[in-house]
Amino acid sequence: MDNIVGKKSSLSWAVNISVTVLVILWLIPTIGLLVSSFRTADQISTSGWWKAFNSNEQNIIVRTANPQTQKIIDGKYVIEGMLFSSEKEMTISVWGVSSRAIDGYIPGETVKLTKGGEITLREDGHYRMINENPFTGSRGMRVFVTAPMAPEFTLDNYRKVLFDPKNVDGMGKAFLSTLTVAIPATIIPILIAAFAAYALAWMQFPGRALLVAFVVGLLVVPLQMALIPLLKLHMHIGIGKGFLGVWLAHTGFGLPLAIYLLRNYMIGLPKDIIENARIDGASDFKIFMKLILPLSFPALAAFSIFQFLWTWNDLLVAKVFLIDSSGQTEVMTSKLVELLGSRGGNWEILATSAFVSIVVPLIVFFTLQKYLVRGLLTGSIK
Amino acid sequence: MISASVVFCLGYYYLSNWLLDNIFLPAHGKNINRNISLANQIRPWLFLFPALFALLVYLAYPVLETLRLSLTERHAYGDEWVGLANYAQMFNDQKFWEAFRNNISWLVIVPAISTGFGLLAAHLTDRIGWGNAAKSIIFMPMAISFVGASVIWKLVYDARPVDQDQIGLINALYLFFGGDAPQTWITMSLWNNLFLMIVLIWIQTGFAMVILAAALRSIPEETIEAAIIDGSNPWQLFFRIKVPQIKGTILVVWTTITITVLKVFDIVYAMTNGHWDTQVLANYMFDKFFRGNDWGVGSASAIVLMLLVTPILVWNVKNARKEIQ
Repeated sequence: MDNIVGKKSSLSWAVNISVTVLVILWLIPTIGLLVSSFRTADQISTSGWWKAFNSNEQNIIVRTANPQTQKIIDGKYVIEGMLFSSEKEMTISVWGVSSRAIDGYIPGETVKLTKGGEITLREDGHYRMINENPFTGSRGMRVFVTAPMAPEFTLDNYRKVLFDPKNVDGMGKAFLSTLTVAIPATIIPILIAAFAAYALAWMQFPGRALLVAFVVGLLVVPLQMALIPLLKLHMHIGIGKGFLGVWLAHTGFGLPLAIYLLRNYMIGLPKDIIENARIDGASDFKIFMKLILPLSFPALAAFSIFQFLWTWNDLLVAKVFLIDSSGQTEVMTSKLVELLGSRGGNWEILATSAFVSIVVPLIVFFTLQKYLVRGLLTGSIK
Repeated sequence: MISASVVFCLGYYYLSNWLLDNIFLPAHGKNINRNISLANQIRPWLFLFPALFALLVYLAYPVLETLRLSLTERHAYGDEWVGLANYAQMFNDQKFWEAFRNNISWLVIVPAISTGFGLLAAHLTDRIGWGNAAKSIIFMPMAISFVGASVIWKLVYDARPVDQDQIGLINALYLFFGGDAPQTWITMSLWNNLFLMIVLIWIQTGFAMVILAAALRSIPEETIEAAIIDGSNPWQLFFRIKVPQIKGTILVVWTTITITVLKVFDIVYAMTNGHWDTQVLANYMFDKFFRGNDWGVGSASAIVLMLLVTPILVWNVKNARKEIQ
């Protein structure tokens, strides 16, 4: 907009750079977790995840074959062989024969040994030692090689976290629990709220303005207020802890926002359509089902996304109203907190479990972002 | 079970409306006019009933009940009225004041930085070609649970012993830029609060950005053109023209984040559980309720939370009433 009067902003490169920095800052923590979830426990604990893509330089100490295997060829004593077992393919970058200079030589070089004789090492690990006199000693000589390891990623963590029935810390069951919480806890409030929003937007009755104010007031009531009284109530009337209880709680807590958003949207629908339908003799119920609901689709979609993300990601409500001592109904967020406590150091488990729990919201977010943004805007711009 | 509950809900609305129109007040017969007008007076309440019922039971009643609980002590033989004793006990508790102080610093810092970064991001991303992609990425943490975010950031703050390779990004950078030894950031008193706040800032900035970007775009172009013709530079244009125009929206964003901050629980619960001087009110309350089993003090702290949001509640209701009239 700054160049509308023909003045191209000289700051445009600075803008590009600042945005790039912001984006990287915002993205990097998540990337770290994602990358870690594909690494083995060893890799995670020995090097930062940002090194996962480098071919890691690895220093290994190996021994040549022992002197008893030497042969006499052309009057010289020779030991020949291969430093690595055959299944490992490595390419040596540098090597050495003493711990003080492990990177003294390049592959193919021939090196004089202090004990007499010489050694040649090829980059694939084949070596050849030659000596005028017999090699002595009972063990082979130590060789220090440095070889880059190709970056290695694994799906084992996911297999273990999701599908291993023996893994008591697995997320498979918790995933299903979370799903069982989130879906009805999204659908029920939206249904109830839609009817109420229609009444508050388009039906005439005394006390309407007061009710709207009441809903707006409840928007900010901290749900912490509700925990103990409602738990008491649930216990008293026999709902107890369980899915029904958590659905009802989420419904109650989600309703103010749902009614508020939907009413704001519905009141903006064209008045003519609704009045024409009334004149044509349609009942309110019919108008609502056939006209208002389809027209309100964007707002319904927006709220469902909010509510789904909120119920999927919730920890507190599930802890209070759902999870009992049997642990059978544990949701993923609470499982994660537990893992943070008990498996704080096992980043392969933690990273993978965390990613399992955030992948669904991320998919929902990226595919339905358009509605989410629109919903936010009806909620807060006036 | 899922579909049963949905069918049950829909069934209520359908059936109640059908009963009203066909059985109790049929729109035919001798009382047709009276029936229709009476039905139309009842119908709004049929539409509203489930929602109102849920709101009353799940939000309004608990506020009153919590107030009552905060004034009573629970005994095996029943509740005993103790007046303000629970509050007195709470105000004598060091941990409460720690939580209160921390909550205040969360309240000052998180909304300010989130809104500031959000405004910056909104302003910058609107001026480049790949702005929408950038927005998506900054907005993305909104979809991640507080607990998930805590795990993500715990890896960032991770500390390993001196002689090992650091796997936490912050410590790796700290050592790279000349730090002497890796630090355990989340046990570092006072500063650790800031490190926890960063997690919430990371989540909330995207929210602020999306709303502020829309507000910025709604500024009439003539205003901006006029300012440019009058020779204002980009800084003046931003701070003197654009920001004042969207002041209302900035306030809305600020208060919305403030409410989120007041209720912050998951992040503290997952990352430190209130140790190392990071307690906050919501977690203090959870502690009292479910570990200390002290409903009186727990309720008293919930009431403190409620009092803290009350100014915003009143302001919101006032605005809404103005709008309706």
